[in-house]
Amino acid sequence: MFLRRPTKEVGTLPQWRLMWRQFRRHRLAMAGAAILIPVYFVAIFAEFFAPMSSSTANTSMTYAPPQMVRYSGEHGLHVYGYTTERDATTYAQTYTEDPAKVVRVGLFVHGDEYRLLGLIPSDIHLIGPVTKGEPVFLLGSDGNGRDLLSRLIHGARVSLSIGLVGVAASFLLGMLIGGISGYFGGGVDNVVQRVIEFLMAIPTLPLWMALSAALPTDWGPLTRYFAITVLLSLIGWTGLARDVRGRFLSLREEDFVTAARLDGVGRLSIIFRHMIPSFASHIIASLSLAIPAMILGETSLSFLGLGLQAPAVSWGVLLEGAQNVRVVANAPWLLAPGVAVVIVVVAMNFFGDGLRDAADPYGSAGGARRRKPFWRRAGRRASATINMATER
Amino acid sequence: MLGYFGRRLLYVVVTLWAISIAAFVIINLPPGDYVSTLIANAQAGGEGLTPAEIENLRLRYGLDDPIFLQYWRWITAILLHGDFGQSFAWNQPVATLIGERVALSAILSISSLLMVWAIAFPIGIYSAVKQYSWGDYGFSFLGFIGMAVPEFMLALVLMYIGFRYFGASVGGLFSPEFQDAAWNLGKVLDLMGHLWVPILVIGVSGTAGMIRVTRANLLDELYRPYVHTARAKGLPEWKLLLKYPVRMSLSPFFSTVGWLLPGLIGGETIVSVVMSLPTGGPLLLSGVMSQDMYLVGSFIMILSTLTVVGTVVSDLALAWWDPRIRKRYKRE
Repeated sequence: MFLRRPTKEVGTLPQWRLMWRQFRRHRLAMAGAAILIPVYFVAIFAEFFAPMSSSTANTSMTYAPPQMVRYSGEHGLHVYGYTTERDATTYAQTYTEDPAKVVRVGLFVHGDEYRLLGLIPSDIHLIGPVTKGEPVFLLGSDGNGRDLLSRLIHGARVSLSIGLVGVAASFLLGMLIGGISGYFGGGVDNVVQRVIEFLMAIPTLPLWMALSAALPTDWGPLTRYFAITVLLSLIGWTGLARDVRGRFLSLREEDFVTAARLDGVGRLSIIFRHMIPSFASHIIASLSLAIPAMILGETSLSFLGLGLQAPAVSWGVLLEGAQNVRVVANAPWLLAPGVAVVIVVVAMNFFGDGLRDAADPYGSAGGARRRKPFWRRAGRRASATINMATER
Repeated sequence: MLGYFGRRLLYVVVTLWAISIAAFVIINLPPGDYVSTLIANAQAGGEGLTPAEIENLRLRYGLDDPIFLQYWRWITAILLHGDFGQSFAWNQPVATLIGERVALSAILSISSLLMVWAIAFPIGIYSAVKQYSWGDYGFSFLGFIGMAVPEFMLALVLMYIGFRYFGASVGGLFSPEFQDAAWNLGKVLDLMGHLWVPILVIGVSGTAGMIRVTRANLLDELYRPYVHTARAKGLPEWKLLLKYPVRMSLSPFFSTVGWLLPGLIGGETIVSVVMSLPTGGPLLLSGVMSQDMYLVGSFIMILSTLTVVGTVVSDLALAWWDPRIRKRYKRE
């Protein structure tokens, strides 16, 4: 066996450049990124993008339908106000848009005060009523007369971050435990594997339900948020630990690890300098596919009333208000957070698929099945073969 | 192979024992117990319980005994007498409560699994064989959407459409006029008319996932040398396809058989809650809320047992179906 030194003329690219090249070719993943980046941007600067704060309520405007933004030379941007009628027998309010009532809407208007990123005090909102407090509900209002669009934007922060934090927790646990299991092998490995099997054997939803019911009710929203995150990552780390263990087991026998060991490199140094970098990108990429699952988990838990609870705002909490079909029939716009969940989860799946594909340019090591996106599994030549075959 | 499954069974027993402890610990985690929930409810209702009454209740449920004693009583009753304990809130044996709901849960999970198979299998094969065709892209897209829509969302939307455009009450199992009627043909038809919605809702995400797996598995097989060989021998294309690569890619069907077991009693909790279906899921949810400890503990215990057993059944079925897997078991 002889090794050929890479010569200068060939040129080399660092790993991340190769990944970026591969990723860019994945159109759906790029589309996913094109959706996710603005969505996260809006979530980070939620106070600015939302017309109001998440708790501003106009109690006389419950379940007001969405308004259309109009433009005319006379009024500029505006929406029509509502005329309300109260049904004498059912006390249900019906709203009709009234062209006579013009509510002017402006960009960069002064509204509720907030601190941007918790630091910079401001009261500028991207869009909102020119006169503070006038009813502008671009996505309608909820049962307490709060603006759904504002709550949707504020809720995005929790819903989008809970997956990231949960994945980070899974990542730590999975790397650590999977690494220990794979590196030491033997008895340790056996015990860890049994524990993982045990955790996987418990049905997820009942476990979540029971555990989140066990959370003390007097915990603040922030503590509860982290507790739920930990619960969600309970399922995440087992799969990851298995993955890491498999990698460790196969890497342990690789020549470069043997070479390092023979060179007298310490054990920890081998793990952190040589082994982990060689599969970390793959792990991170496959973790990105766990984020949408966690978002769906949080949504479902909160929907059942077991996850986050008001006054915390997340998409699941918002959807809890749409639990009853009669409410939904009256105010279908309450399902808007669900639409947001679907869009974000689809985009994340696309993005994660592309990332996983890019992290593994060789598609080897028994991973072809799991790593390549499924619509690119067989090469072009293969598809030509099957076309010939079917045409025959 | 027998040795392999013998060892598996041993692990199953150990796992179940660990789960029984975990289930018991989980139900004892929340502060307070059923009696304190009861007291809180009574106070909210404006009536107080006398200390003597409280003492009586605690004594009756054995809540003041040390926790390991409570565990011991619970687990021995299950093992020796098949007695899963008494639900505090319902004042009925847990087994009866769950038993009442098995039929519906079973109907739901079996029919939705059948639906998943019936739809996903042909589409998966089509998508693999006609890779990159418009049909393939279309189904892939639908599949991604199907996996991203939360079940309760789909249920809500379908119920909304039914309510809005057909004026039908889609939730529940029966229309109001059949609710208390005796069983007759009309009632059965009414049941069918209501059942398809939850079956559809439960089946959608499973179908989407199954299409992906079938397609991926089949694509792995479709370009293997043995397929070329068979083709070179002049086997008709459809016969070749069904006989070799499709057979090889069937394994996901066997690995999902095991899901049926926990589905028999669990039902789909979220969908059941949204559509107010009397399956096991809502029972568990209400038990969790009111700290009905034997109900929750036994429920989790039964579910986990069925999950674990279901996994073993799946593996057995796979070994029966796929000689390669059989061989691997033999080696172990």
